Amino acid sequence: MTKASQGKLTLTFEQALKRLEEVLASLERSDCPLEEALALYQEGMGLLRQCRHKLADAEGKVAVLLKEAGEFIPFTGEGES
Amino acid sequence: MLNGSERILSVAQVTQYIKNLFAADSQLNRLRVSGEISNFKAHSSGHMYFTLKDAAAAIRCVMFKSANGRLTFRPADGMKVVLGGRLSVYERDGMYQLYVESMAPEGVGSLFAAFEEMKKRLAAEGLFAPEAKKPLPRFPERIGLVTSPTGAAIRDILATLSRRFPLADVLVVPVLVQGVEAAAQIAEAINFFNGIPAVDVLIIGRGGGSIEELWAFNEEVVAKAIYSSRIPVVSAVGHETDFTIADFVADVRAATPTAAAEIVVPDQRELQQFLAMARSRMTAVMTAKLEHNRRYVERIASAREFTRPSQRFDQHRQMLDNLASRLENRLSYLMQSYTAKLDFLAGKLGALNPEAVLARGFAICLDENGRVVRDARQLAADDLLRVRLQQGNADARVIQTYAEEV
Repeated sequence: MTKASQGKLTLTFEQALKRLEEVLASLERSDCPLEEALALYQEGMGLLRQCRHKLADAEGKVAVLLKEAGEFIPFTGEGES
Repeated sequence: MLNGSERILSVAQVTQYIKNLFAADSQLNRLRVSGEISNFKAHSSGHMYFTLKDAAAAIRCVMFKSANGRLTFRPADGMKVVLGGRLSVYERDGMYQLYVESMAPEGVGSLFAAFEEMKKRLAAEGLFAPEAKKPLPRFPERIGLVTSPTGAAIRDILATLSRRFPLADVLVVPVLVQGVEAAAQIAEAINFFNGIPAVDVLIIGRGGGSIEELWAFNEEVVAKAIYSSRIPVVSAVGHETDFTIADFVADVRAATPTAAAEIVVPDQRELQQFLAMARSRMTAVMTAKLEHNRRYVERIASAREFTRPSQRFDQHRQMLDNLASRLENRLSYLMQSYTAKLDFLAGKLGALNPEAVLARGFAICLDENGRVVRDARQLAADDLLRVRLQQGNADARVIQTYAEEV
């Protein structure tokens, strides 16, 4: 529970989802021992929560390149032409 | 000026005279000419030089930067166009040329021909090869957008992206999407994105328009930029029915800008569904596993030793019972056999009973003292005897005794 749980904090959505798929696959292996299954189940539920939070809290930023300055500024939708 | 035949004129004077003639002609000052472009050269100054020709003749043409900035497409050799402008003389080379103010493709046919030719050539160069197509990331975190910052396309794309997958950030490099500058700007923007880190996928495109308006996306410079992009490119040019060279080179062609956004990011509703499915599957597996284990434990627990510890004693008890019943059987057998023996003995005894002897007709003689007489020598004549019969007694007197049987 050291590496995996520490790593969880910095997982991207994609990594979390991928790990969740792995957890699901391991869990569905019929030979998965109960104790391991319980640990996987807990991890899976944690990953689920993370993914859901990420989706719920996400608000993608939109930035537009200001060519003269060569840097991105928040996009207001007014636009230049 | 030419009325005196003896007068000798300078080259400049003659040329200027001709130029004046051209300038005085109202028709030459407002010409519309149709023909095919050849020897097209776009000079670094921004001016364009080419020849307009048909089967019989050719006219040199120049289109200055000020005029060609309004073009909605990039002229190319072989394109049939209608030019508007004035004819004048370029003194230095002693040559007349058309100063082009406007240019329109002569029907879409010519553009289409140019398009087909370019398509054939780039296909031969391998720009459309399926094996060169890069896969799109499943969950892009940063999306690069190359389009006009003011069009409907950017609105559609941004709206769709934020609705479907709000996790992704979007970087927009604003470009002109039509006119002569457009192609270079689009190509430059693609190259720019390839020079900054962490951009996962590019969308390049614009909303619908005429073939001339979409022309920038048919230009070779754009095709080459898409082809050499290490970041996967999704093209979204015009409507569903519009195909541009960019669409063929791009890793994925989207029918519309909205469709491009849909292709580039997953739908969060599907993700939510996946998460819900993952949740129920995990729970189902876990429940089944726990149930399985519970049953297993139960099965073990229900083994007789655990559920009924007395079982073992029962066995003993049963053994005892068994023994007891065997004992009982034995006893009853013994009883029976003793009974039989007793009966036998009783029979024997019965036979010994004096009463039974009497019943068989024997009689017992008792002397006067009541003793049983067994020997005649105990008796003398005239002794009194009592004879006991089965029924009753009789008194008798001895007449004579005999020592021996007679």
